[in-house]
Amino acid sequence: MNMVKKLFVATVPLLVLAGCASTPESVTQAPVEETVPAQAAVDQPVAAVATAAPANTGFSGHVLDDPSSLLAKRVVYFDFDKSDISREARDIIASHAKYLADHSSARITLEGHADERGSREYNMGLGERRGNAVSKFLMLQGVAARQVEVISYGEERPAAFGHDESSWQLNRRAEILYKSR
Amino acid sequence: MKILLLRLIGAAMLWLGGATLAQAALTIEITQGVEGALPVAVVPFGWQGPEGSQPPGDVAAVITADLQRSGRFSPLPVTDMLSRPHEGGQVNFRDWRLLNVENLVVGRVVASGDSYIVQFQLFDVFRATPLIGYSIRSTAAGLRLTAHQISDLIYETLMGGPGAFATRIAYVTEVRSDDGGRHYSLQVADADGHNPQPVLNSSEPLMSPSWSPDGKRLAYVSFESKRPAIYIQEIDTGRRELITSYPGLNGAPRWSPDGKSLALVLSRSGSADVYVLDLERRNLRQITHSYSIDTEPVWYPDGSALIFTSDRGGTPQLYRVLLADGIAKRLTFEGRYNSRASFSPDGKRIAMVHEDQGAFRIAVMELDSGAIQILTDSKLDESPSFAPNGSMVIYATEDKGRGVLSAVSVDGRVKQRLALQKGHAREPAWSP
Repeated sequence: MNMVKKLFVATVPLLVLAGCASTPESVTQAPVEETVPAQAAVDQPVAAVATAAPANTGFSGHVLDDPSSLLAKRVVYFDFDKSDISREARDIIASHAKYLADHSSARITLEGHADERGSREYNMGLGERRGNAVSKFLMLQGVAARQVEVISYGEERPAAFGHDESSWQLNRRAEILYKSR
Repeated sequence: MKILLLRLIGAAMLWLGGATLAQAALTIEITQGVEGALPVAVVPFGWQGPEGSQPPGDVAAVITADLQRSGRFSPLPVTDMLSRPHEGGQVNFRDWRLLNVENLVVGRVVASGDSYIVQFQLFDVFRATPLIGYSIRSTAAGLRLTAHQISDLIYETLMGGPGAFATRIAYVTEVRSDDGGRHYSLQVADADGHNPQPVLNSSEPLMSPSWSPDGKRLAYVSFESKRPAIYIQEIDTGRRELITSYPGLNGAPRWSPDGKSLALVLSRSGSADVYVLDLERRNLRQITHSYSIDTEPVWYPDGSALIFTSDRGGTPQLYRVLLADGIAKRLTFEGRYNSRASFSPDGKRIAMVHEDQGAFRIAVMELDSGAIQILTDSKLDESPSFAPNGSMVIYATEDKGRGVLSAVSVDGRVKQRLALQKGHAREPAWSP
């Protein structure tokens, strides 16, 4: 029974996306994060995250630029009118927390955003609350307050321009922007 | 009914298309008619000027469009007129009774040196008596304003309350260019959407315009420094002043009715709270103290209290706070989302954003009874603003992927859309 329920839950977003596919406004990219084993980043020694990526990816360069690293993910998503950090988001934020804690001169801006529904100034407050939620999580993991600045853009800077859930779920987000590494 | 509606739309578009080919940045369409509108005729005005000259504009066409747009009048098409008098002595009332016209407007524009004299008279057709008559000095550039003032005089005489035609609207536009650039502009236009003038252009977002009570200045939010800050700008001179740029939010400025203070939102205490800034002494007073989002303050017309949006109860709802004691009282209970109040000029009701089964609509609430009436039927309506005579509410909505401005009569029966030629329009604020 439990299994059936889970399957149903997993199928619904796909149906919603499929239903929107014909809408010209809808965006093609699904907001679902690729599944990454939750332990991967957390269990890695700090040094490994902060230096080059594992050799088997063939990636050479700054760790922040490694597309196979959790650090390459700079956007976390939220539910409507909510600022709770999801499990996927936790893993992403934790990897950034490790990097920031280990690089005290690194600075980020956390941009909080909302979807277009509801009123604009309320959404400014909501975007800030999302940015603050991520910021708080980073601090708990040892990031210094001076490394993080939160700026809310409310619904003023959507990532996707459609007017349905397929776009809205991409717009309810916090973006991690590195100002210095 | 549908055919009638379509014909109405056609007529309205033609009127405005003909009247303002030069600067039709915003076009008004009547999207929903009204039965029982007052039949009126505005005869094309006569012209007395130098030999072979043309009048500087079509005054009668502007008046006709105003009256039609209000939804309270049903103007007679010029082509149906049996005669075209320019003064009382030329009027044959039988002509107009035959067409069931109840009120008649005739007039002329007279050249007088560099300026013009606009004369008009309003008649009760069935009693065959003049109701009002005026002679107004104007200029070529001011002729549209003169026409709006005449519309106000006609509206006031026939409807018993002031008109709102000779007013303005402020709003924000966004144009997205092909290269991904975004261009924001704070605009001020006549209430009929004509004569739009940019007040400020920016490549960063602009938000929340609010008129000073004297109609001379706007407070607004600008992201020009890459973070939100509140500015006040004089419309005529362009002179502007930075008001607040604290870390975090600087938003939702609203002028007090006496013009001496600004209600605004800061998050320097950790979450969005409502403050009142004394503009003369520059001292800041914190009004709300909660961990929730407290925002979108608006003033009671007597200046004694504010209504604001807060999610302290779990979802966004409207609250009233008395400035004297700072105690907040919840006002809205119907629905999961009620926000962004706008006061009617008499202080008896507010317009707000109200969620109804997943759709965000404009509703009006009577403050005494708490009764709510939903005025709009689209999905993404926001930013309501009352006309200064309380007859209509202008708001922002979305139509086929575009941000557009619409206005609706307070009884919800008449809607009009103001459509931009380019880009998205939003956050309309009706001037005092």
